[in-house]
Amino acid sequence: MSSPDTLTHSKTAQGPLVEARGLSHVRDGRTVMAIGDWQLKPGAHALLLGPSGSGKTTFINIVTGLLTPSHGTISVAGEVMSALPPAARDALRRCTIGLVFQTLRLIPALSVTDNLALAQQLALGHVDRAAIAGMIDRVGLSHRAAARPRQLSQGEGQRAAIARALITRPRLVVADEPTSALDDANAARMIDLMFDVADATGATLLVATHDGRIAHRFANRLNLMAPVAA
Amino acid sequence: MIGLSLAYLKDRGLNTALNILLLALSVASLVILLLFSSQLENRFDKDAQGIDMVVGAKGSPLQLILSSVYHVDIPTGNVPLDTVELLRRQLGVAEAIPLALGDSFRSFRIVGTEPAYPALLGASLADGRMFASKMEAVVGADVAARTGANLGQRFVGGHGMSSGDEGPKHEETPFIVVGRLKPTGTVIDRLILTRVESVWGVHGIADPGEDHHEGESEEAHAEHAGADVTAVLVRFGSPIAAVRLPGFINRQTNLQAAVPAVEVSRLLALVGVGLDAVRAFAVLLMLTAGLSIFVALLTALKEREGDMAMLRVIGASRAAIIGQVASEGLILASAGAALGLLLGHGVIGMAAASIEQLRALGLNALTFHPGEALIVAAALGIGLIAALIPALRVLKTDIAETLANAR
Repeated sequence: MSSPDTLTHSKTAQGPLVEARGLSHVRDGRTVMAIGDWQLKPGAHALLLGPSGSGKTTFINIVTGLLTPSHGTISVAGEVMSALPPAARDALRRCTIGLVFQTLRLIPALSVTDNLALAQQLALGHVDRAAIAGMIDRVGLSHRAAARPRQLSQGEGQRAAIARALITRPRLVVADEPTSALDDANAARMIDLMFDVADATGATLLVATHDGRIAHRFANRLNLMAPVAA
Repeated sequence: MIGLSLAYLKDRGLNTALNILLLALSVASLVILLLFSSQLENRFDKDAQGIDMVVGAKGSPLQLILSSVYHVDIPTGNVPLDTVELLRRQLGVAEAIPLALGDSFRSFRIVGTEPAYPALLGASLADGRMFASKMEAVVGADVAARTGANLGQRFVGGHGMSSGDEGPKHEETPFIVVGRLKPTGTVIDRLILTRVESVWGVHGIADPGEDHHEGESEEAHAEHAGADVTAVLVRFGSPIAAVRLPGFINRQTNLQAAVPAVEVSRLLALVGVGLDAVRAFAVLLMLTAGLSIFVALLTALKEREGDMAMLRVIGASRAAIIGQVASEGLILASAGAALGLLLGHGVIGMAAASIEQLRALGLNALTFHPGEALIVAAALGIGLIAALIPALRVLKTDIAETLANAR
């Protein structure tokens, strides 16, 4: 039997990496996210823009297989997420998707290097110290490689989180509000960095934000509206 | 994931250290109790092997047993020398061995007896020969090791059962070492054995067997006064004697008969109440340590819900996360158990080194008891259970919701 990783390569060689069909989600009788049909090509940089409560996080949870949509389907690397058994969904997420959160979610007990090593170990089953050092260097944190997350500035933490998301060489990098806590200059630097690293590793980028400052950097934009009644 | 567990434990170092210490104290308490009681019982059994009854002066039977069999108390008094012959003539008595106590050398008791005494306790010579003449002495293995006694060396006994280098000495009547015993693990290792006549001689009492004649003068008779023994160790040749003799001696004579097995079990029952209370306290301490680990992990996991959700997102299975949390509990418990074992044996070792009576009882820090494996298993079990309960919360965690709340 093929692993989810090898399966997706064959299925998406030509098609979109992410594809939504008639996608919407209802919670407590309210439609909290409605996208309908949407596609994200491999290697593209897409922006998911919308105010708080418009369903950005819900969409990300559905894309990453953490949530099953009420209506429609989402496919990642050719696999319909909701059709996969939990273990296969976990494996697809582990091997294909890298996640960056606003609150970073780095493991506080581990150094920057060890955070990356853990992600690599869990996703790939081995640790490549040279690749980790290279990634840390690429995000400009070589001098902070041994630091714990609590010792990092917000900007350094964001860079470490991006490095962790990319160290497993995922095909899709999903970032949820990566710039909302940053000032203009740092927000711009963050987006530059994500573009650079994603391009260098060939990753597709999906950024969800309500931060209008970075909207002009993306050609592919998906605008979400405020919640609507069901 | 073990590395992650160690990192988390290191990250909250003080909490980890306190939990390990708490568990270590409970394990150490149980180990100390186990070693103390088992080594005490073992020593009591070994020292009393082959001794079915002790006959001595009236007084406390326990004191008689402690002083004559275990050599840790002062004797109840003396009994006439002819008691030995009287007992030997009794039907069912296989052996009656006299003991004459009163002196010591560097805290080791000098025991006037017969070669049958070391034979009874299974002692054999490491070198030299058994004492035969007056003032010849054979030393136990501990005595030889601690005093450096060599064959042919002379030493002077001091008055009293535990005299060190101070106190009155019998300078004019030195002993000569003619033999050294192999280690036996019994009280005999700590004794200096000689003839009963040597003990009399040291105290200026003439041997009644040497010049005892019919119609001797009152003056000569006075010289033999005090030619008593402290106690007589008796080995029965038949079970009838065991039933008949102790009661007969206690009721019909001015002597006291005490049975080691009865007195030791009475002593252990008395001590046992105290040991049980301490044991119950130690078990309570272990449960408290388990509860403390439980609370620490529960609190830590509440703080780490976001971490766990993130671990799931980056590829850790639920089983792996449960295993990671469980391993934290197991690492704590293992460290606590290991430290507890070390502490327990260390305390036993220090107690034996600094308290003479405990050393005399043969307390040994390097002896392990199979029950210690049970204590370690209990500590590990408690650590595992204390960790598994909060770890199972992982199963109920909604990753999406947790991450959403944390964003």
